Amino acid sequence: MSGHSTYEPKNPLAKWFDKQLPILSMSYDFMVFPTPKNLNYLWTFGGILSMCLVIQLVTGIVLAMHYTPHVDMAFSSVEHIMRDVNYGWLLRYIHATGGSMFFIAVFVHILRGMYYGSYKAPREILWILGVIILLLMMMTAFMGYVLPWGQMSFWGAKVITSLFSAIPFVGDWVVTLLWGGFSVDNPTLNRFFSLHYLMPFVIVGAVALHIWALHIPGSNNPTGVSVKSGQDTVPFHPYITMKDGFAAIVFLVLFAFFVFYKPNYLGHSINYEIADPLKTPEHIVPEWYFLPFYAILRAIPDKLGGVLAMAGAIVILFFLPWLDTSRVRSAKYRPIFRQFFWLFVIDVVILGFVGANPPEGWWITVGQFATAYYFAHFLLIIPLVGLIENPKPLPASISESVLANHPKGEPAAQPAE
Amino acid sequence: MKTLAKFLTAAALSTALLAGPALAAGKVKNAKDIAFSFEGPFGTFDRAQLQRGFQVYQEVCSACHSTDLLSYRNLGDHGGPEFPEAQVKAVAAEVEVQDGPNGDGEMFDRPGRPSDKFKAPFSNDNEARASNDGALPPDLSLITKAREGFHYPWYVSPFIKMWTGNGGPEYVHAVLTGYTDPPEKEADHAPEGKSYNAYFAAGPWISMAPPLTEDGVEYSDGTKASVDQMAKDVSAFLAWAGEPKMEERKTMGLRVMIYLLILAILMYLIKLKLWRDVEH
Ligand code: HEC
Ligand code: HEM
Repeated sequence: MSGHSTYEPKNPLAKWFDKQLPILSMSYDFMVFPTPKNLNYLWTFGGILSMCLVIQLVTGIVLAMHYTPHVDMAFSSVEHIMRDVNYGWLLRYIHATGGSMFFIAVFVHILRGMYYGSYKAPREILWILGVIILLLMMMTAFMGYVLPWGQMSFWGAKVITSLFSAIPFVGDWVVTLLWGGFSVDNPTLNRFFSLHYLMPFVIVGAVALHIWALHIPGSNNPTGVSVKSGQDTVPFHPYITMKDGFAAIVFLVLFAFFVFYKPNYLGHSINYEIADPLKTPEHIVPEWYFLPFYAILRAIPDKLGGVLAMAGAIVILFFLPWLDTSRVRSAKYRPIFRQFFWLFVIDVVILGFVGANPPEGWWITVGQFATAYYFAHFLLIIPLVGLIENPKPLPASISESVLANHPKGEPAAQPAE
Repeated sequence: MKTLAKFLTAAALSTALLAGPALAAGKVKNAKDIAFSFEGPFGTFDRAQLQRGFQVYQEVCSACHSTDLLSYRNLGDHGGPEFPEAQVKAVAAEVEVQDGPNGDGEMFDRPGRPSDKFKAPFSNDNEARASNDGALPPDLSLITKAREGFHYPWYVSPFIKMWTGNGGPEYVHAVLTGYTDPPEKEADHAPEGKSYNAYFAAGPWISMAPPLTEDGVEYSDGTKASVDQMAKDVSAFLAWAGEPKMEERKTMGLRVMIYLLILAILMYLIKLKLWRDVEH
């Protein structure tokens, strides 16, 4: 995509075709794309995410052939899929588990980027596109969870959509628009289904841009040092394709474990009870991947403030490239930042537990501290650590750092995994 | 705390977040764990138990509870109670089903067929309530998936439940066997017509009188019909009703796992060979 292709079709037909639509040379460039040779297994999650997207699309489209988006039939149509459609149970469990797997992969992928400084120049646009994909995924998953029309579908939708009423002046209007009326009802389900079908294709578009943006500077790597020469890289195929392929299959083992042995572990039991607008469940909790953000929402004792904090928790990611004052990318060479990175991860896990528990007693205090720390990480710690930290010396190149790991003569050892 | 309360009143809905758990959490007793045959990665349903469970369901529970998601044909399905076809037909034929309209535009009654849904005891929720002192006997199709029998502290719950599951079948067993005299301080304000049951999710007062009595059914396989035995059998039956494809799922799961593990090893070897000559 950058510069001219080295690919010359031999076959006259291919030559004629490629001249008018250079798909062949583009695919060729894609396959030989020079990729740092020192990538570890955290770099396989991009491929895993693409696989997740395809799995959701394929299972989702087939589910939609059997699903009925109507409040009186949605719940039983999902059970019809589970019981009467051939392998319907498999499709549905793959799709429902797939939502969670998608988020596991995206969280690892994002944390990888934060650890190795992949968001820094020249990859800011790539990072921003990633955050947009995260937002789209959240909207898609939220609306998907409403479709089976169980108790948690309904009440989750009600609680989350009602938050929009906090927006000054237009809030109520926005909520009415989301609901398609004056309560969560059939019009809501219909528009959510339509949007849940649409959004994944928007994600596909965003992913295409994301990968395009990746192919301009190329991949970052565990040293954070830019590629200096051909010595530092291997062609994408077969080196990275086979490594990604191996990692994807290991990921599928985890995926299959949940689909076949714990298909309902990641969901809520109460969602197997049909939605009842007159019966509020004991605890209204979102899917596990929303819990940290839900905790941030509830940490602020003011509705609008809570909504702003929750939105801010994601929006702040857009600014990360400019909040980070360090010129060194990889945390490997940043002794202080590295420790704060892990504190941040722990903080997010704590927020997850806070989000899962009722806001009572000391959960409230813990949630407020953890929320404050979340923002402090981005607004105070990252800018300050970059200024005061004394980074370790960087290797001159990727090849040099690789050689330092295993001196000449010894066989190449496996990279740390 | 005060500002939080304000927030909650402002967002009328969010009230549920705080008020709900305060009412019920911590009060429901943990169901007794039962070693059901269908637990674990290789567990299968015990056919004889499902058949006994169906008998309990049919003779006792179906007087009040519907099970809308089952059809009579399911009783013969592979991986279920696996009643012989003739018996499935006979069970179905015991009920009268309304069909029609016929050529004259009239609705008519006919004996049930295997393709019919389980006949519900009441024609609508209001009728069901009217016959049960205002309480609605819930549909039992998914009761073992919708309810949890096990409640653990937050810091162990996600880990324990990975192995024990949510305890839905245990919940049903616990409700059926968990009737006791109320503790003294509760006994004074016992609601009219309700029984005390510390396992009931919306409890502890339940509008279902103890449905099982010693030898309430007569098992044809000679199993002693104790309350505990009947409760276990009907819980197993309802676990199957909620997850009728469980055996198919686990069988396929084993194959998929073996396939993926072999493929993973092969891919790893390919990757190893490919990268052998690259310093990385
Ligand atoms: C006489 C009618 C009647 C019979 C017979 C009966 N039930 Fe019930 N059952 C009810 C009613 C009414 C409720 C609702 C109780 C309430 O809401 O307080 C109920 C509630 C339940 C619950 C709790 C549901 C929940 O929401 O957690 C379970 C489980 C249950 N029944 C199972 C059974 C089983 C299994 C049988 C057969 C052995 C059975 N019932 C027989 C009337 C009956
Ligand atoms: C970004 C990709 C996607 C994500 C993250 C996602 C997520 C989800 C989630 C979490 C559910 C609820 C699962 C449950 O508990 O039952 C769901 C349901 C559903 N999704 Fe998707 N989905 C995606 C793509 C698609 C696509 C492309 C379609 C095709 C139209 C689709 C169709 C459906 C249908 C019909 C349901 C309801 C059936 C059911 O509940 O199982 N999804 N989705």
